[in-house]
Amino acid sequence: MAWTREQMAQRAAKELRDGFYVNLGIGIPTLVSNYIPDGMSVQLQSENGMLGMGPFPYEGEEDPDLINAGKQTITELPTTSYFSSADSFAMIRGGHIDLSILGAMQVAENGDLANWMIPGKMVKGMGGAMDLVAGVKKVVVVMEHSAKAKDGSVSPKLLKSCDLPLTGARVVDLVITDLGVFSIDKAGSGGMTLIALAEGVTEDAIRAQTEAAFKVALDGSARKAA
Amino acid sequence: MRKVHADATAALAGVLKDDMTVMAGGFGLCGVPDVLIGAIRDSGVKGLTVISNNAGIDGAGLGLLLETRQIRKMISSYVGENKLFAQQYLAGELEIEFNPQGTLAERIRAGGAGIPAFYTKTGYGTLIAEGKETREFGGEHYVMETGLVADLAVVHAWKGDSEGNLVYRKTARNFNPMMATAARVTVAQVENLVEPGEIDPDTIMTAGIFVKRIIHTPQAEKRIEQRTVRKRAA
Repeated sequence: MAWTREQMAQRAAKELRDGFYVNLGIGIPTLVSNYIPDGMSVQLQSENGMLGMGPFPYEGEEDPDLINAGKQTITELPTTSYFSSADSFAMIRGGHIDLSILGAMQVAENGDLANWMIPGKMVKGMGGAMDLVAGVKKVVVVMEHSAKAKDGSVSPKLLKSCDLPLTGARVVDLVITDLGVFSIDKAGSGGMTLIALAEGVTEDAIRAQTEAAFKVALDGSARKAA
Repeated sequence: MRKVHADATAALAGVLKDDMTVMAGGFGLCGVPDVLIGAIRDSGVKGLTVISNNAGIDGAGLGLLLETRQIRKMISSYVGENKLFAQQYLAGELEIEFNPQGTLAERIRAGGAGIPAFYTKTGYGTLIAEGKETREFGGEHYVMETGLVADLAVVHAWKGDSEGNLVYRKTARNFNPMMATAARVTVAQVENLVEPGEIDPDTIMTAGIFVKRIIHTPQAEKRIEQRTVRKRAA
């Protein structure tokens, strides 16, 4: 059995540490905020200019002046601060954010990431993704292991090299899919390593759906290195 | 010199001309100078290059200027919420220059601060870096990006005084403070207009020197793009 979206978010939450400042992307990454362990202090950054993001408001308490980067209404916390977009990206680009968790269309074995455009289709823009992957200390991708097209065809998303235009070159540290977890030596030549399997998923099943070359270190020894 | 004008049309008088470059504050529909955008639409000025993080949605924000085809080019980071934008872009009627959001914010900040260019890691090794100078500092690769300035900036603030000092509210701040610094003429719409001295000087976010004209827009409608709520515990 592959992991559900919630289980992927739960696994991603294991990358959180006490005192971390974290930016969560749209989709499964947003779910990670539901799994912050009790007693752990984690401040969520929203790149439109807020640190210390609170939950959605109660009905009737929505404030049009208070939204997250997905343009959803949210609330503030006692720890909240607000700032301009320039200050927000100074935080991001300047390496002050500890962890960025985001989705992807493709990841290559050297850490290249593609998640913003498909040539020939209407391009919506990269938003803050290029800044986040270039500036944040640790970049974690959470995505489905394979892409399923409308016609039913399946194509791998973990590749030798991305064929879509890049969001960032050699930027990804960790990939969590519905089948398992991979670490990437983005700064060196260590490539990609499978470090965990989803319950009931075999290494062979992963190989069958993965184009990228990867080593295997399931005993946890590679996790420290990552 | 009086900075306070009676309405948006009066505040924009003598500033608007075809083919000009306009910065418009806001993120999504939050902190958008919608009254000033409405007056730009009513003026009929066309061929605009608009620098704004987003392009509004159909019927709101910069969507108003797309409906009337007054925009020739957008410089933005994300335009995904606008069907009209997609139609005009695919028909070749509209040009788009995508900038990473942080690069866009810093280009505007730099432009306003008299800095012609800077280096950033963002976008190195991607399409964004093509044709741009790159340079290595301390073993890391950087892309040179240029500062941005405009003929006109329109911004939204929560509070302002008649000297043009501004205070923004919550995430409605976003791009407004940088844009206020980066145009030949900056016009602000403020929800609350007060006399000098009524804003604690320590809390002023944009100093009045950057704001040439100001209008009071107490009834400006605020729209929510994605209304998300949680249930109260029973």
